[in-house]
Amino acid sequence: MLEKALTGSKRYYGWIAALLAVIGVGFACYLWQLSFGLGITGMSRDVSWGFYIAQFTFLVGVAASAVMVVLPYYLHNYKAFGRITILGEFLAVASVTMCILFIFVDLGQPMRVFNVLLHPTPNSVLFWDMIVLNVYLLLNIVIAWKVLEAERNNVAPPGWLKPFIYISIPWAVSIHTVTAYLYCGLPGRGFWLTAILAPRFLSSAFAAGPALLILLCMIVRKFTRFDPGKEQIQSIAKIVAYAICVNVFFFLCEVFVVFYSRIPEHMDHLTYLFVGLHGHGVLVPWMWASMILMVVSIILLVNPVTRKNETVLIVACIAVFVGTWIDKGLGMISGGFVPNPLHHVNEYVPTVPEVLIALGIWAIGFLVLTVLYKIGVTIKEEIAGLT
Amino acid sequence: MESGRRSFLKIAGLSALGLGVRPVIEVLASGEAAKPTVMKGENILTAKRWALVVDTRKIESEEDLEPMIEICDKIHNVPKFENKRHEIKWIWMEEFKHAFPTQEHEFLDERVEHLPFLTLCNHCEKPACVRVCPTKATFKRQDGIVLMDFHRCIGCRFCMAACPYGSRSFNFRDPRPFIKEINSKFPTRMKGVVEKCNFCAERLAVGKIPACVEVSNGALIFGDLDDSESEIRETLRTNYTIRRKPALGAGPSIFYIV
Repeated sequence: MLEKALTGSKRYYGWIAALLAVIGVGFACYLWQLSFGLGITGMSRDVSWGFYIAQFTFLVGVAASAVMVVLPYYLHNYKAFGRITILGEFLAVASVTMCILFIFVDLGQPMRVFNVLLHPTPNSVLFWDMIVLNVYLLLNIVIAWKVLEAERNNVAPPGWLKPFIYISIPWAVSIHTVTAYLYCGLPGRGFWLTAILAPRFLSSAFAAGPALLILLCMIVRKFTRFDPGKEQIQSIAKIVAYAICVNVFFFLCEVFVVFYSRIPEHMDHLTYLFVGLHGHGVLVPWMWASMILMVVSIILLVNPVTRKNETVLIVACIAVFVGTWIDKGLGMISGGFVPNPLHHVNEYVPTVPEVLIALGIWAIGFLVLTVLYKIGVTIKEEIAGLT
Repeated sequence: MESGRRSFLKIAGLSALGLGVRPVIEVLASGEAAKPTVMKGENILTAKRWALVVDTRKIESEEDLEPMIEICDKIHNVPKFENKRHEIKWIWMEEFKHAFPTQEHEFLDERVEHLPFLTLCNHCEKPACVRVCPTKATFKRQDGIVLMDFHRCIGCRFCMAACPYGSRSFNFRDPRPFIKEINSKFPTRMKGVVEKCNFCAERLAVGKIPACVEVSNGALIFGDLDDSESEIRETLRTNYTIRRKPALGAGPSIFYIV
């Protein structure tokens, strides 16, 4: 089936070339980082995780969200989603690939990465994160590939695949739960030290991921002869609508606990993010933008009139995606490090090479996604007799 | 062709099996005699739990603390960076409000408010950094000292996120060009690994107390918490001491007389 990725229109090759160019720039910057050290980034002794780890955290969510199309189809027999499960699973494959790369580029000594296997340490959450992410990647590759193959040959998927599909459902929840546990079990970091962190991660994931999936479905419909379907898109839109509501609700729960209890170590981080602390507040406009985008998207998505209008739906999905990205891809990580445990306020801003490396990884993700979608969509077109 | 592939698979399978079994055989085959023994130095200082008391009554200004920091930086090859982001700190000074952020209030007496406090790794009883390290590159020794294996560290910086005292530093770039005078008796570090105070483990091994204690003119008292006859226990018995962020339950081994 891989050969389907090798033949395409000029536009397809142009897009691939554009992605490769971005990857090339990112890779060159990575070589610089490799030789100089992580000092080329904006990270510091106080903010020791930055843009890379934040992108990783956000993308784990996008990866986990594949479960939102897999679960209704396989557990509730919601037939409509049968058309698009592989789109969700391929999105998960691309996202986990990016996650693993973001962890990799964040390592100070990447050539020692296999020490994690050589000296397995079950008390470290990072050890478990490595396991859940890699298994989830494997599950999605195998499941999507076999299902697509069966569809192409017009036969039922092999029986042995069923248990793996069922396992992949709780596994999706596990990847984001374990990722939240990386942060929420740390004693001196009041911003993350909250039991609602994993639920918050999951709710924003189940909003951001499916929102991206809707946008991807629209792109697929515009540029190919395969239509993911109006009903499918509307069903995902409802998932996004309620997930973003729950996400904002969870956030408000956090705000209540923090500001009603008035415990400084918990309060200072949210204060820093939303109004600034001791004259530092580089993220303030971003955080308010994120809130506004999420609230606007709730209004557009919950209201059936606006949700059913596909143009408005695109706007709403972009708002959800950008809003949750700012929340997790910008605020969530550096917000936890500022102020530091000694209550010094040292802010973090990513540097240009750091952002270029991150963009390079996003481009790798989109390259994987493009190739997989190309294969999937071409086969779907063939089955429908469109080619 | 078919038989060639089959025999190849057989050999590959057997080889994999052999490699997998090797560690098991090594464990079973090695008797007591074959086990490597760790030789201890003649003068080695041992303890159940090393700890430090900082007697701030004996400290008046930054000048009193500077020699302690200087000697540590010098013998441990701690680099000096202009760029604050790349800073490496083993032992340093903080104001009370930063060393004890949860205990600060607006009516602090003037002496304490302006007094520099010595801060360093707390060598916690339950160290969060050790709990989170994915490679055991940071570990707690039997004498309570939390150490780093610079050669195993992958530079994930999970320990830095976990430490509630901000005691860990990361080599954001090659530190060697920024070391004033290299002490060849202690390793320099490479870029991409985490480091911190090691309670002078290399000095204890040859019968010397930590360098900062040695130059402190009695402001620092070092000893074994497990030894009820020790000077440090006597000091703790007769003085009121505080520790940083006690509510977190990490159990710091650095005590402060304020």
